[in-house]
Amino acid sequence: MAEVAKKYDTDVLIQDNGYDDHFHDHHHGDKYQSGFLGHYVFSMDHKIIARQFLITGIIWAIIGAAMSVVFRLQLGFPEESMAWLKPVLGKWITLNDGVGTLAPEFYYALVTMHGTILVFFVLTAGLSGTFSNLLIPLQLGARDMASPFLNMLSYWFFFFSGVIMMYSLFLNTGPFSGGWTAYPPLSALPQASSGSGAGMTLWLVSLTLFVVSVLLGGINYVTTVLNLRTKGMSMWRMPLTIWAFFVTAILGILSFPVLVSGFFMLMMDRGLGTSFFLNEIFIEGQALERIGGTPVLYQHLFWFLGHPEVYIIILPAMGLASEVLSVHARKPIFGYRAMVYSILAIGFLSFIVWAHHMFMSGVNPFISNFFVVFTLIIAVPSAVKVFNWITTLYGANIRLNSPMLFAIGFVSMFISGGLTGIFLGNSTLDIQMHDTYFVVAHFHVVMGVAAFFGMFAGIYHWYPKMFGRFMNETLGKFHFWGTLIGAYAIFWPMHYIGMAGVPRRYYSFQSYDAFKHFGDMNKFITIAAIVVFFVQIVFVINFFYSIWRGRKMTTQNPWGANTLEWTTPIEPIHGNWPGSLPTVHRWAYDYNKDEREFVPQVVPLAEGEIGDH
Amino acid sequence: MATDTTGQVKVDSGTWDGGNEPFKASYGKLMMWYFLLSDSFTFAGFLIAYGALRISMPSWPVPDFVFSLLPGGIENMPLIFVTIMTFVLLFSSYTMVRAVQEGHQENRKGVVFWMLLTIIGGSAFLGCQAWEWNTLIGKEHMTISTNPFGTHTESGVYLEGDGHHINEGDTFAEGDSYLIHQHSGEFHPLSYKVTEGDDAGTTKQMEFGPKAFGALFYFITGFHGFHVFSGVVFLIIIMVNSFTGLYAERKNGYEMVEKIGLYWHFVDLVWVFVFLVFYLI
Repeated sequence: MAEVAKKYDTDVLIQDNGYDDHFHDHHHGDKYQSGFLGHYVFSMDHKIIARQFLITGIIWAIIGAAMSVVFRLQLGFPEESMAWLKPVLGKWITLNDGVGTLAPEFYYALVTMHGTILVFFVLTAGLSGTFSNLLIPLQLGARDMASPFLNMLSYWFFFFSGVIMMYSLFLNTGPFSGGWTAYPPLSALPQASSGSGAGMTLWLVSLTLFVVSVLLGGINYVTTVLNLRTKGMSMWRMPLTIWAFFVTAILGILSFPVLVSGFFMLMMDRGLGTSFFLNEIFIEGQALERIGGTPVLYQHLFWFLGHPEVYIIILPAMGLASEVLSVHARKPIFGYRAMVYSILAIGFLSFIVWAHHMFMSGVNPFISNFFVVFTLIIAVPSAVKVFNWITTLYGANIRLNSPMLFAIGFVSMFISGGLTGIFLGNSTLDIQMHDTYFVVAHFHVVMGVAAFFGMFAGIYHWYPKMFGRFMNETLGKFHFWGTLIGAYAIFWPMHYIGMAGVPRRYYSFQSYDAFKHFGDMNKFITIAAIVVFFVQIVFVINFFYSIWRGRKMTTQNPWGANTLEWTTPIEPIHGNWPGSLPTVHRWAYDYNKDEREFVPQVVPLAEGEIGDH
Repeated sequence: MATDTTGQVKVDSGTWDGGNEPFKASYGKLMMWYFLLSDSFTFAGFLIAYGALRISMPSWPVPDFVFSLLPGGIENMPLIFVTIMTFVLLFSSYTMVRAVQEGHQENRKGVVFWMLLTIIGGSAFLGCQAWEWNTLIGKEHMTISTNPFGTHTESGVYLEGDGHHINEGDTFAEGDSYLIHQHSGEFHPLSYKVTEGDDAGTTKQMEFGPKAFGALFYFITGFHGFHVFSGVVFLIIIMVNSFTGLYAERKNGYEMVEKIGLYWHFVDLVWVFVFLVFYLI
């Protein structure tokens, strides 16, 4: 589509009204940017770090998705030979008369790693790491993060955590295989299963490093939002992206440390013979001397992180979608303050609902009632957001390009997945639904696919800002429709088989009469999953091709957006703005105001104009 | 558009309008606060785990009985040693405050002097903790997987002595504490005869106390001790930097001393909670 004509000379506005912080009088900018290593590898520039997070996240996403294809093949075609995968999976495919069978313990390892990788490496680091880094300084009018050095460390802790996890995939005993939640006793006793030994040790080390990364990043994001907003950028003028990243970072700071408590106690149980999470265990008929603990304690500590974690994943996607919807609908976001209060309410409520993951773990049913109530209350701020997105679209002059399509797709997915959340939040219904494919379908739609849609909307929208070029629009639209239809084809049927009671994480349903007749449904899901996988490969090709060959960005503000990142030079520079820092005079959503299609935040209020919202 | 006298466009300049520090704290201090906030959640996780495990146990060792030794073989001095430890640590918080104060006045020598005292206080605390652990492990044989500190659930009379404080024929009441002693590498739980209740007249043996006590004690005090240790290391680094005059040239002066001070007070505050749950209740 045609780029929006240059209507405002923001450079001149910044030159006239901006304020000089004497940034370019010092040479601190170039000191750590010179040379290939300093510029691209050990960079302290937030824009480079954002790209590092994104590309690392994409690599992990491909690995995690490929794993899901392998275990989907097992579920959809249990009788087909997997011998062709032998060159990749090696000893985990056993050959019997030329017929290859996937080793059951490796099936569990694949399921576990798929969850761990997607939840932590892709949708936490890859999503929030990328866009918080890119957009917080740019949209707030800051030169960089509060501490560029800690920001760099944040990426490298993530990198090394990834290296360790990757290494665990190649262990002789396989990676950890007890589920991404790592419940004891499978995670606490090295002898409990093949993945519980070295695989689990590396899993723990890797994720502990990952938490360090999240904390370094989160502390930086919060501090930057509070202290480094440019003049005039009051909290109520921040774009919703920033509000979302801000609350996401707070959730991370408060919830990941509790996971670390659980991890450290788990390490003690594994290495030093304590029994925090163990009680009355028998292995191979032998009673262990491990008594006095309780595995439910670990579940509490885990889900105190685990629940906020799903909002750590979805909030950035919400923020990105809000911004993209408003820009491409050419309308102010509907109910800006309500959106902010909803983000805050979701953030708060996310801390008092964790036991809804544990209704079937033997927690007191009376206490379950509290968690049911708070869980269902989350539907209120979520619905406020959904209605506001839809109202933003209502009567708008919509540009139906790839970022916008993905933002609308995000809303669709969030509604579909959110509705099933209301089923699962009820402790009574959960008796039937718990650990079935209904749960799998619910969380994949609401925080898996939806978060990916938000992420894709963000990538297509800010790609010109990151790489100075556009992604291919035709491939982008193909990517959208393939993913939207494909994702519903995968997860819609899962709701039905889940309601019928088919349990998740099973290697095979061949020997269960009750579940056998879902074989065709499983075949269908598997085929859809394979198709969606290849559609994502199209995206990856488009992504990397466009870095070098995409259509060049020729104007500073191709989308006609109001936020500050589109006032920076096309060729990114250290310190973001060449001269003075911009000053902010209005909120981020002045679209179609007083006959003007859009009014950037740096444009001063006209005489008599009423600002903000 | 609204302009000021110089023709510049006016920008909102309230506390939260950007371009300043709303909490009047530099980014470094804010970051320290958020780190401490996150760390407090880790400790909270531990202490809640402690509470959950303790509540699930039928009995729990009595702190007055467990922590009653002093160096030099002095016995029956409940909680005296840990009181001294606590006092040393809290006093080091006072010396830390003085170091920060001297920093505000740009007094290099004062900073170094008071930081040195803080380091001595922190190290003394670690030394006390080492002695306490050593006594519990070496002398009383409490480890992370064995807890010889028990509590009687009924009254009775001992049928044998342990060569320490208990003689044959001594009586005890419900709720009395005991320590199962070790001789030549083996624990010797004493036999006793129950004198009251449904089981009156039967002969029983002392039972080990809940394992979780030892495990939680070493784990949580160890984790806190590790914080103190790291604090001492950072204090030393920052004291050396102050001494060499590194901070005197900086724009933000002795802010580093303030930041480590925040950490140090936090570690003291955590100790107050650890002290509360392990030694007082």
